Amino acid sequence: MWEQIRSNQIRSVVLVVVMGALLLLVGYFLGLYFFDSGIGGLVLASFIWAVMNLVAYFQGDSILLGLSGAKKITRDDHPRLYNVVEEMKIASGLEKMPDIYIIDDQAMNAFATGRDPGKASIAVTSGLLQKLNRDELQGVVGHELSHINNRDVLLMALCSVLLGTIVILAWYGSRFMIFGGMGGSRRSSSSGGGGTAQLIIIVVALVLMILAPILAQLIYFAISRKREYLADASSALYTRYPEGLASALEKLAASTEQLKSANQATAPMYIINPFRKGGRAATDLTSTHPPISERIRVLRAMSGASYIDYDQAYRQIRGAGKGIVPASEVALASAVALRAGSPRVEKDEPGELQRARETSSALWQLNKYKTIDCECGTRLRIPPNFKATEVKCPHCGRVHQV
Amino acid sequence: MLVLWIVLGIVAILIIAFIAIFNGLVGLRNQVKNAWAQIDVQLKRRYDLIPNLVETVKGYMKHERETMEAVTNARNMAQQSASAGAGARAKVEGELGAALGKLIAVAESYPDLKANQNFLALQEELTSTENKISFSRQFYNDTVLKLNNQIQMFPSSIVAGMAGFKAAEFFETISAEERAAPKVSFSS
Repeated sequence: MWEQIRSNQIRSVVLVVVMGALLLLVGYFLGLYFFDSGIGGLVLASFIWAVMNLVAYFQGDSILLGLSGAKKITRDDHPRLYNVVEEMKIASGLEKMPDIYIIDDQAMNAFATGRDPGKASIAVTSGLLQKLNRDELQGVVGHELSHINNRDVLLMALCSVLLGTIVILAWYGSRFMIFGGMGGSRRSSSSGGGGTAQLIIIVVALVLMILAPILAQLIYFAISRKREYLADASSALYTRYPEGLASALEKLAASTEQLKSANQATAPMYIINPFRKGGRAATDLTSTHPPISERIRVLRAMSGASYIDYDQAYRQIRGAGKGIVPASEVALASAVALRAGSPRVEKDEPGELQRARETSSALWQLNKYKTIDCECGTRLRIPPNFKATEVKCPHCGRVHQV
Repeated sequence: MLVLWIVLGIVAILIIAFIAIFNGLVGLRNQVKNAWAQIDVQLKRRYDLIPNLVETVKGYMKHERETMEAVTNARNMAQQSASAGAGARAKVEGELGAALGKLIAVAESYPDLKANQNFLALQEELTSTENKISFSRQFYNDTVLKLNNQIQMFPSSIVAGMAGFKAAEFFETISAEERAAPKVSFSS
């Protein structure tokens, strides 16, 4: 049951292979068009792809974390977040504690990155930390850790690099074809006037330039949507409490803030699509994530916490004969009971105000501000470039040593 | 000659299958050990937190001597049986969880205590440790189930029997109430 949902990834693998074939096709026709040699184009395309892969493999996580403006935290910066991640790390059976990052953004979102479970990171926004209670945070962190455990991060990185290469090749290819003086005449002399053959190559190449990026993108989205459902299923299994994730998703769906630092390429990494427009049901093909309302309904329809229960709930909600969890996993799974929500959640959980303070305090600390608590109850934040040795409390006038 | 080759082929396949199943079983057994170590870490963490908690709480609740003593005793009992098997240990740890829950519930009626930064930090640590205990127990029991299934199911049962693999013990708190109880309730 704890086997990662890796075994029956045939569909994902097929889709990746199709994307790879698309890349090679684009390369082949570009080669045929520009250097009269399809093989040359293949080599060029593969070379670009290989270089991009290497960059993504070794630098991908730091690029992603850098782009999103995430800051790494320790246990002292935000004990609650650190503890929740550690709890989920234990529940998921991950061997190494992932690095934890906070993104200073009022939007609610989270993502996981890292090429393998031994070198993983998880990032959450400060908005998320403020608005979610412990059970909900657990659900979200469980979802992200299962992306790591299921090797989704690697799969998605592979796909996004393929997609990126196809887009780049098609973009430059089409620009050269249109503005490069239609090299056709130059080549027709060298190849001895195969007029019709030339025309076919040009037409095919042009059509490919236009269609390949779109097609690749659709495939990318299809893979990513499936992984989201599976990560939800794993999160429910880890926490034994699907309601936590469901209610977190509800809050995420209701929030209207947009994440400032996300872009199209990094979108599938997040727990919900950062570009979702208010109220739009994202059932169409061009969405990286399944509609949130549907994810919530599936989670709430679960009668247990196992993959079987998720699969059943999914079928029931979608009215589809085909489930989402690979058959091999369903066969291995055994019944798992749900647990009740933590009894303390309602009353004693730190309230939203308290969580906001906790989070902003972590952010001050990350920005190297010093904190002085005045006896009158005022909390002073001293910026790192503050030179004076004393500071006066603006509230009561007491003088503090820095 | 052909027959000889066929027989050799079958023997080779059997040996390979044996090795594969054996290694799978060893892997599972190590996973169980690992998962047990995880529980152990968290239980020890709870032992460490309790003296701190009692120390913090003592000044505020002078009239709850019995409740505090019950926790301290349960903790010492649990620590003494730290090397016992999973079943026996689950029982004493369950008692400790219950005693601790009672102490925290009583602490709720002391507003001064709830304003104490030290207590709040301890409360977060305790909540998280209780959660970690139940998550590591969950992971341990799932792994044990997987190992025991392998030991009992054909064909791995043959290999397990020959190599002397023993079924592992579940870590279960005794009653349904106690299973619900270890969740520290901080509600006021």
